[in-house]
Amino acid sequence: MGCAMHLHRDTQAAFRAALSTQDVPPGITAVGDLARRFSVYRNTVMHSLTDALVQRFPVVQRIVGRAFFSATAKVFVVNHPPSSPIIQAYGTDFPNFLATFPPAAGLPYLPDVALIEVLRGQAYHAADATPMSPDTFRSAITMAPEDAVLTLHPALRLATSEHPAMSVWRMNQSGMTPSTVDPGPEAALIFRRADNVIVMPVPFDAADIVAKLAMGVPLGVVARDTPPDKLSRSIATLLSHGLIVGVDHPQA
Amino acid sequence: MLQTRLPDAVGIGFKRAHFDALRTTKNTLGFLEVHAENYMGAGGPSHAQLAALRTDYALSIHGVGLSIGGAGPLDAVHLKRLAALCDRYQPESFSEHLAWSSHDNAFLNDLLPLPYDDETLSTVCDHIDCLQDVIARPMLLENPSTYVTFETSTLAETDFLTAVAKRTGCGLLLDINNVFVSCTNHRADPRAYLADFPLHAMGEIHLGGHDAEDLPSGPLLIDSHGTPVADPVWALYAETIAHTGPRPTLIEWDTDVPDLSVLLAEADCAAGILDGVRHALAS
Amino acid sequence: MTTKTTTLALALFGACAAVTSATAQDMEKCFGVALAGENGCAAGPGTTCAGTSAIDYQGNAWALVPAGTCEDMVLPAAADGSDRMGALEALDRDIPM
Repeated sequence: MGCAMHLHRDTQAAFRAALSTQDVPPGITAVGDLARRFSVYRNTVMHSLTDALVQRFPVVQRIVGRAFFSATAKVFVVNHPPSSPIIQAYGTDFPNFLATFPPAAGLPYLPDVALIEVLRGQAYHAADATPMSPDTFRSAITMAPEDAVLTLHPALRLATSEHPAMSVWRMNQSGMTPSTVDPGPEAALIFRRADNVIVMPVPFDAADIVAKLAMGVPLGVVARDTPPDKLSRSIATLLSHGLIVGVDHPQA
Repeated sequence: MLQTRLPDAVGIGFKRAHFDALRTTKNTLGFLEVHAENYMGAGGPSHAQLAALRTDYALSIHGVGLSIGGAGPLDAVHLKRLAALCDRYQPESFSEHLAWSSHDNAFLNDLLPLPYDDETLSTVCDHIDCLQDVIARPMLLENPSTYVTFETSTLAETDFLTAVAKRTGCGLLLDINNVFVSCTNHRADPRAYLADFPLHAMGEIHLGGHDAEDLPSGPLLIDSHGTPVADPVWALYAETIAHTGPRPTLIEWDTDVPDLSVLLAEADCAAGILDGVRHALAS
Repeated sequence: MTTKTTTLALALFGACAAVTSATAQDMEKCFGVALAGENGCAAGPGTTCAGTSAIDYQGNAWALVPAGTCEDMVLPAAADGSDRMGALEALDRDIPM
């Protein structure tokens, strides 16, 4: 039985291959209607994975319609099955896939709308952290504001797009009516608030400031090429939404 | 070895839509069960809900993605996640399935069947040894719903499960709906299956609904968890616990999830059967 | 303390003073629908047809155009003058399984 060690591996490989074709794998049996009975597996795999994409990308589905989304999701599932058993994380590659998917080429904003939906999912499940109050923050930076490095909330994500992707996302929420969109780039902060995830449009210079702060650039360095009023507004926005969770002085 | 610390009472699968209702509705639920893979993010509302419920209910964590029946080695990263989850919530029970769901780094999100022979028995036992070692607690292994069988199988499913429990010390999760679904699909007798099932190792029972389709070859039952528990399944449940005495029993409802009241009514039905057996044993 | 530091400190203190608590109303249009997509252990509903037509999407069989709200969300004056709606082009290559 020297070859027996690999028998199950072969059985499983054949079974898995048949999930993507119209064939029935060798070595399986049923009381009758074998193809139909085996297809329960094929259909459950396809349905459960495309449904996971429907759940994660409701706005993309609303934009392109159910039929187009369903067909697109099937192509994605076949070519990019999940690599992790955590279904909540499935679809991270969907925006990149859409960007190179010829039938969706006429909707250049679509990959960025999908990215907003990916980032919302990440924000929803990110770690918890206790926000700093404005008073605590003020005390923490008073001594050496130049050297202060901020820790932003783990759920905070930054989205930037060459297209009006945030406007498109927003007008496709429940109760909103999609209409004409002005072209042009947009940026947004994506973060958690209570049980929900917020997509908050921000000016590009504010997005740039947040990006630097998120990378650990000290406040003094950020201030070198940022007008004080703009920095002040960005910090106020972060504090308002509980997005600053720590201040360090690594230079001290 | 005690494989579960769940109470001999009725629980339901927790759905996020029921969170508020569960906190405010008076009920007699003995425990809640959640799918492990839905609580593997770092934080956020899912964990906040589970932590809040954990203070009021005994907890069963039910894995659906480890691929214990897979030919390849278990996913080491996923094992660590399961261990961290068990560490975080200290569940009264951890269970997984006799099935595979991953192949060549692709996760297929379905509980796929395996042949039952000496090779797969050895593989499954190795995987369960490994899992029980990493999570530092015994697990329960669940019998699957199947739609096909393998010509190469040399062991009956019940003999396979008996051997796994004996070799690894794991307990078993008896899904009676799965027994009814599989036996109907394969024209086998569910009562014969239950007579062969090692009930002494059973730590929990699952009850759920199924869909039915008529094929020329006979009925095709599908384990859809989207309907009430079927009458024949209730009958098999009553017969089983008449034999074993009251055991932890879960009502599963995973698709087209209705109001909490519908699940509680199903749970009450199971609790009534449990109480009947309890009184019969006491008298 | 340098002048620049003083400016920075002032800006930051100003930020603290400017903090207002964001109301639900401010955020109304920023909320999305509840996020889902979860693991389960049931066989999927709709199993009679979900996977069987997957093969139809290989090769040149693509015959669908986006037909949702994109029809209402016209982007005026597309810079490159290209078609603003979904392209009707078929996939001109086989999609490997």
